[in-house]
Amino acid sequence: MSKRSSWALPYFIFLVLFVVMPLVLIVVYSFQDASGHFTFSNITKFFTDKDSLSTFALSIEVAIENTALCILIGYPAAYILADKSLNRSAVTVVLFIMPMWVNALMRTLATAELFNMAGITLGKGTLLFGMCYDYLPFMIYPIYNVLNKMDKSYAEAAEDLGAKPFEVFTKVTFPLSMPGVASGILMVFMPTVSTFAISEFLTNNKIKLFGTIIQENINNSMWNYGAALSLIMLIIIAITTVLQGKDNSEAAAGGAI
Amino acid sequence: MMSAKKIFAKAYIWLLLIVLYSPIVFIAVCSFTEAKSLGNWTGFSLNLYKSLFTGGMQNSNALLSAVYNTLLIALIASIVATILGTIAAIGIFNLKGRKKQAIQFLNNIPMINPDIITGVSLFLLFVFLHISQGYLTVILAHITFCTPYVVLNVLPKLSQMNPNVYEAALDLGATPFQALRKVMIPALRPGMISGFILSFTMSLDDFAVTFFTRGTIGLDTLSTFIYTDARKGGLTPELRPLMTIIFLIILAVLLFINIRSSKNTQESK
Repeated sequence: MSKRSSWALPYFIFLVLFVVMPLVLIVVYSFQDASGHFTFSNITKFFTDKDSLSTFALSIEVAIENTALCILIGYPAAYILADKSLNRSAVTVVLFIMPMWVNALMRTLATAELFNMAGITLGKGTLLFGMCYDYLPFMIYPIYNVLNKMDKSYAEAAEDLGAKPFEVFTKVTFPLSMPGVASGILMVFMPTVSTFAISEFLTNNKIKLFGTIIQENINNSMWNYGAALSLIMLIIIAITTVLQGKDNSEAAAGGAI
Repeated sequence: MMSAKKIFAKAYIWLLLIVLYSPIVFIAVCSFTEAKSLGNWTGFSLNLYKSLFTGGMQNSNALLSAVYNTLLIALIASIVATILGTIAAIGIFNLKGRKKQAIQFLNNIPMINPDIITGVSLFLLFVFLHISQGYLTVILAHITFCTPYVVLNVLPKLSQMNPNVYEAALDLGATPFQALRKVMIPALRPGMISGFILSFTMSLDDFAVTFFTRGTIGLDTLSTFIYTDARKGGLTPELRPLMTIIFLIILAVLLFINIRSSKNTQESK
């Protein structure tokens, strides 16, 4: 059997080339000026530039609000879908995931147009609504997955031991579903910080998020500053991932449909 | 009789579904009128469908080639990712200790990284290596973010498999290739299929990674086409019937799969 461990080698080389090296290059480019000399100026530029800092703060704020909104709206939905006495059809679950197969940019444009028609000015409110609309399935699915696989006898045992339904939820079901919530947060928080097209469409370019300024710098050939901004985002990702503790990717990846 | 709790639960689910689907329904409704901009209604008409198929619009070639590129890239990327990911999963499954942890850690990175980081970092790689960007770089980039999902879907199938069966096939005179084809692959197939479907879906829907790795040769997928189109002001009206048709195809496929699989589970009970 042990010979077959060498089968991992091609993929290992692939990962080094297309995952590790690109990330190393982000670090390298962050500390270089346009002519390739070592410099800290890209990093100091970020910390001294009011616009970048306020965009960054706003992105984090929007991402926290959007994540909270997704949990608040998505958790009850996942709970209902996983409860056999409330929902027996697997089709309903599929209905929640299906909008993801329709191009996200097209859906976002249509959402923005619906706001326009309703006479709602595009701004932070529409940004939050639209973001929540786009990312809600990513919160519902992992939570649903965990709740669905949960051993029901824990909840039954709590009931038998005299817990009220509300207590069963707060003391048994909810704590046991935390891995699903955690992987939902992972799938909603960072994508919200880094999105650019969606925020541009939903606010008519009035509100810039962090992803937009990365995109603008890269597209205007300011690679070094763009790389420095990406590095800052990478550090945030590292922090959130470490805070999450062990990886919850299994809950997210379990079963495609 | 339905309890109040059940009525409330049903109402909540349906309310959410109505909100989730309203933009899609809106696009579908607007595909049946000729108005240039989305949201105007100038009477019922099938002209947009006609011009989508007969190529009567101004940039019909651009739109159709974007659709073609999207499908081609998704197909190639997810086939390669499925093969690479399955071989990798077999290798990782047989690894032990540090090496196994290291490669699993690396495998998680593309899944945790937001699209923009994957896109920007690969963009820098291709610039650094002086690889001119186009089809090849987009496909490589898509393989990068798809393969981890194949690995994660195949690994559980390997641990469910009885390792002795493969050895038994070898003992009974099968060549390693025969044993792989007749014993391993059938056992891993469900994981490979869900990995493939996941890869295909993510590749189809990708915008940011394609945006940064497509270069300046004018390569467009559906996502980048829509983005450029919207930035120019005003979407190509034919996108409305196109999206409606795509949505109906997906709806039909998913309903078909689900009805069939729920029938299967009922029969097996």
